[in-house]
Amino acid sequence: MSKRIDVKDLNVYYSKFLAVEDVSINIEAKSVTAFIGPSGCGKSTFLRTLNRMHEVIPGARVEGEVLLDGDNLYGAGVDPVTVRSQIGMVFQRPNPFPTMSIRDNVLAGVKLNNQKISKGEADALVERSLRGANLWNEVKDRLQKPGSGLSGGQQQRLCIARAIAVEPQVILMDEPCSALDPISTLAIEDLINDLKDQYTVVIVTHNMQQAARVSDRTAFFNIAGTGKPGKLIEVGDTHTIFSNPTQKATEDYVSGRFG
Amino acid sequence: MTATMTPNPVRKRSALTKGQLPKAAPFIVLVLALVIGAAILALVGFNAFGWGIVSAILFAAGLVGWSAIVEGRRKAQDKLATCLVSGAFIVALLPLVSVIWTVLVNGIPGLVTPGFLTYSMNGVTGAYDNRAAEEGAPIIGGIYHAMLGTLEITLLATAMSVPVGLLTAIYLVEYGNDRPLARAITFFVDVMTGIPSIVAGLFSAAFFFAIVGPGTKTGAVAAVALSVLMIPVVVRSSEEMLKIVPNELREAAYALGVRKWRTILKVVIPTAISGIASGVTLAIARVIGETAPILVTAGFATAINANVFSGWMASLPTFIYTQILNPTSPSNPDPSSQRAWGAALVLIILVMLLNLGARLIARVFAPKAGR
Repeated sequence: MSKRIDVKDLNVYYSKFLAVEDVSINIEAKSVTAFIGPSGCGKSTFLRTLNRMHEVIPGARVEGEVLLDGDNLYGAGVDPVTVRSQIGMVFQRPNPFPTMSIRDNVLAGVKLNNQKISKGEADALVERSLRGANLWNEVKDRLQKPGSGLSGGQQQRLCIARAIAVEPQVILMDEPCSALDPISTLAIEDLINDLKDQYTVVIVTHNMQQAARVSDRTAFFNIAGTGKPGKLIEVGDTHTIFSNPTQKATEDYVSGRFG
Repeated sequence: MTATMTPNPVRKRSALTKGQLPKAAPFIVLVLALVIGAAILALVGFNAFGWGIVSAILFAAGLVGWSAIVEGRRKAQDKLATCLVSGAFIVALLPLVSVIWTVLVNGIPGLVTPGFLTYSMNGVTGAYDNRAAEEGAPIIGGIYHAMLGTLEITLLATAMSVPVGLLTAIYLVEYGNDRPLARAITFFVDVMTGIPSIVAGLFSAAFFFAIVGPGTKTGAVAAVALSVLMIPVVVRSSEEMLKIVPNELREAAYALGVRKWRTILKVVIPTAISGIASGVTLAIARVIGETAPILVTAGFATAINANVFSGWMASLPTFIYTQILNPTSPSNPDPSSQRAWGAALVLIILVMLLNLGARLIARVFAPKAGR
């Protein structure tokens, strides 16, 4: 239950502005790939093009191909809704639905799409997803309480549970720990380690230690200057990127001598 | 033990509180202002209104002046601003209190008259009112027909306005994207907000004259007129409420593979429903007291008419209008005016209940953050 992603010559535009230029990258199935790089270099923008979430922003468009196990996400007649049900996303700030209970938040992907599900199946799915997100023990006694009553870290894990409840092939995470304290961050990082047994995980992070801790492969993005497009500088095994990068810019960035 | 806690018993007042007016200063100045104000007014002829004005000016001048001497410039300016803000608040509140007081005093005798809420004016003639005024017979006749009309017309207007207004707001926020059409709609909604209510009534009357036949006056025509007034209010309030739903929630739903229309229906609207519902309730409160458009579209009736689609219909505002302007007994208008004040009180109570209802709805539907 996980697929690989191959990106070929992808350009991302906001109207006429070229935001990300010429990215080609292969993301392996059942692995964690981290995107690192300075702010504004297009990591998040690129991440969003992997499940067509950039289309929510008016004027955003792409050129090039993104292949999910060989199928082009941007092929003619591909419904973005189908793409997003295969490639889930976790956002920077936890965003549980405030009108729903914890249980309904987990079932949101099913219920919002009006799929029929028996109570027994729903209970099983809720437990499985919450266990998958390492949240079950903390919330099992208050599943009917609103999701917004949880702490920030719990909310983020609830969002991960919500994402894995629709059983996607790939999970994209856009700086999932940037709004969390170190302990919650640790919980999420452990979770990412577990998730890669079943899912392909792509994570954007500003925290290089985090990238080094959780990812198998790391991609470094950089930007030449304001108004210039972001580019993929280097991608490789995390160990190689942090200890022996081929590019000078990567070495400067990962060793903290950026600029 | 206590001795060690007061190392310097000689000093009575903290150095930090020096140069301050005593706590009772405003009250002292107020009493002085009232007394001096009364004295000044006594010279030119006493009246309560002048007394209030003169005392207020004296109070502000006295307090600010005293503060300037004792506390300094900054505190004096603070007192001046406080006086101005409180004064503006009192001025704004006076008409409201006065209206409620007047309506209560004049309306309660009508309201407590037996049968006032359960009878119509059918068959009540000037002869009865003459007898009531001259011989002390009970005042008969009530506002049942008018309450029924008001409720039915307003309900129908709401049923027409809410779908149109809510769908318009959804288009503007979710699909409009600042397109020319969306901008045109926003502009015309703003224009509609400013339409005088009598124009809305004339529009509706002319519309039905053209479609159904000349002289068509029914509750439904009035409801259309009121919905013309309601729609822009509903659009505006719903639009604002939909706009403040965080984009993150929409993105969260999209990322789960949920279609846009389902996202709107099941995430955006439930999140905003409390604001939308209270906006609708306030829009109802806004039109329930309209007189002119109902007069030209539903006419007025003295008998009960429960059918909004045929025949003239009474409503509370038109009932008040006709009772005051054309009393049932022209020679003894007092019983009619008592009924009019009673109806006015009922109308105000209705509006107040609607406002309370709006708050209740907002609280019931609001997303809960319990732990």
